[in-house]
Amino acid sequence: MIRVENLSKYYGGTRALGPVSFEIADGETVGFLGLNGAGKTTALRILACDLRPSAGSVSVDGIDAVASPHEVRKRIGFLPENPPVYADMTVRDYLRFAGSLRGMKRADLDKRMPEVLALTHLEDRQDHAITTLSHGFRQRVGVAQAIIHAPKLLILDEPTRGLDPVQIVEMRSLIRDLKQNHTVLISSHILPEISQTCDRLLVLGYGALIGSGTEAELSAAEAAVPRTEAEAAAEIRQIVVAIQPVSARAAVTAVLSKLDGVSAVAEPIEQAGALTFTLSCNRDIRAAVSRAIVNGGWDLVRLDYVHGELENTFIRLVSGGTDARN
Amino acid sequence: MRATSIIFKRELGAYLRSPIGWVVAAVLLLVDGILFQTQAMGDKHLSADVLRAFFIYSSVVVGIAAIALSIRLVAEERQTGSIVLLNTSPVRDVEVALGKFLAALAFLAIMIAMTFYMPLLIKINGKVSWAHVAVGYLGLVLFGAASLSIGLFASALARHQLVAAVVGAALLASMGQLFPLADKLDAPLKGALGQLDVWWIHFQQGFASGIVNVKDIVYYLALTYFFMLLTVKTLEAKRWQ
Repeated sequence: MIRVENLSKYYGGTRALGPVSFEIADGETVGFLGLNGAGKTTALRILACDLRPSAGSVSVDGIDAVASPHEVRKRIGFLPENPPVYADMTVRDYLRFAGSLRGMKRADLDKRMPEVLALTHLEDRQDHAITTLSHGFRQRVGVAQAIIHAPKLLILDEPTRGLDPVQIVEMRSLIRDLKQNHTVLISSHILPEISQTCDRLLVLGYGALIGSGTEAELSAAEAAVPRTEAEAAAEIRQIVVAIQPVSARAAVTAVLSKLDGVSAVAEPIEQAGALTFTLSCNRDIRAAVSRAIVNGGWDLVRLDYVHGELENTFIRLVSGGTDARN
Repeated sequence: MRATSIIFKRELGAYLRSPIGWVVAAVLLLVDGILFQTQAMGDKHLSADVLRAFFIYSSVVVGIAAIALSIRLVAEERQTGSIVLLNTSPVRDVEVALGKFLAALAFLAIMIAMTFYMPLLIKINGKVSWAHVAVGYLGLVLFGAASLSIGLFASALARHQLVAAVVGAALLASMGQLFPLADKLDAPLKGALGQLDVWWIHFQQGFASGIVNVKDIVYYLALTYFFMLLTVKTLEAKRWQ
């Protein structure tokens, strides 16, 4: 579906991307992961034929994007960071406009419109002016314009940017639905975003491709690399513990802070009648934590261990990228 | 040219839906009406002179309205990010530029047509030929088209509408001062520069007086084509960098 070879982009004398090479197969959902400024948006804009590469080649469906950008544009739906909407239009008129620009005929639009409105849950808003919609709905309109012409390849640049938690969950669900009929490329610097929606990850760091594979493959490869004690200690391991009553804040903080393996106890949060503590630790010490709470005479409401596998892999990859750059 | 028609409809709809179109139309009609009453009607005795003065004052208002209407065409899309939709769609830049230009011209032509009650008043109360009226309006539309193309070019250059407004207004005002400037020079520059003036020679001495010169028509069409060409080249350069 997509073949990228030695792709580079320079802005003046500054290298924003590359050289990078990768391939994406039909039907895959691939996540571009990287810190801000890593080159994700540049890569996606080149693939969407919005930017011309400085060097290298990109082919989509066997078509050279530099030689025949219009042919490639017909096969692509692109949602940039800010949805490219016209605020004065209604949702329906805007989607008609976007579809017409991609060469759709009236009859095709009439047939496709209800499907897209249903998929993006915009049926109730189709006659609303876009200016009256919330950011979340505008983002959905942005997705709708990207899929109105049923493109083979869907490119979504930070699709959950600026959304609230409920909207993020809805967007993830929408992306999962889109995976069934499209090859999807998503960029994000939010790790759960990528890990929950993508089949494969491409990790970018300072314009270079510093990792590629499934989450498990990346973690396994990174786990095989020997690390120092300091690096192991810096890995993200947390225990979230909720107790009752909330009045025991100071006493529980004191007990948890003294446990072996705990490096820090964050300021507890009072929520739904319970007090939630987040402990930073260097290993799984849930058993010790639960014993301490029960022995102290408090009620244990919740106990979670978080080992940020992908976060740690990502941090190690990016650190490697920084080292390579330096 | 299917994309031109699609973009034309969207842009014309945008003028009708958004306040900017109506505000510009209202201001144009108000100022034109005031100028007609206070200046064109002034102390002139011949109806033809009143009509000529009406077209001269109207042309100034049309020039300002053309810049006001055109500055948003591309610069606003860059500001809001909606230009990405055009850039990533399989449409040519010439289709984008033409669709936007024709929509602005159609709206401007509607606004110009709404001033018709003033020549009609002159016709009813005096003696002017319909030919003079028709030629004057042809001149207003041609001058308006040239001004729009200058404004569209400025809009394609700039990222912000304010910058586009300043660039467009400065270009149009400068081109309207070439004749007085040429007057200070010696031949052959004097003749050549004077003929490039966007207003004095071709509008004030031609269309406003009810005189149709083919060279005036060719001049406005060529000027419009030139700035449209610059607009297309600017869009191409900025789109696929």
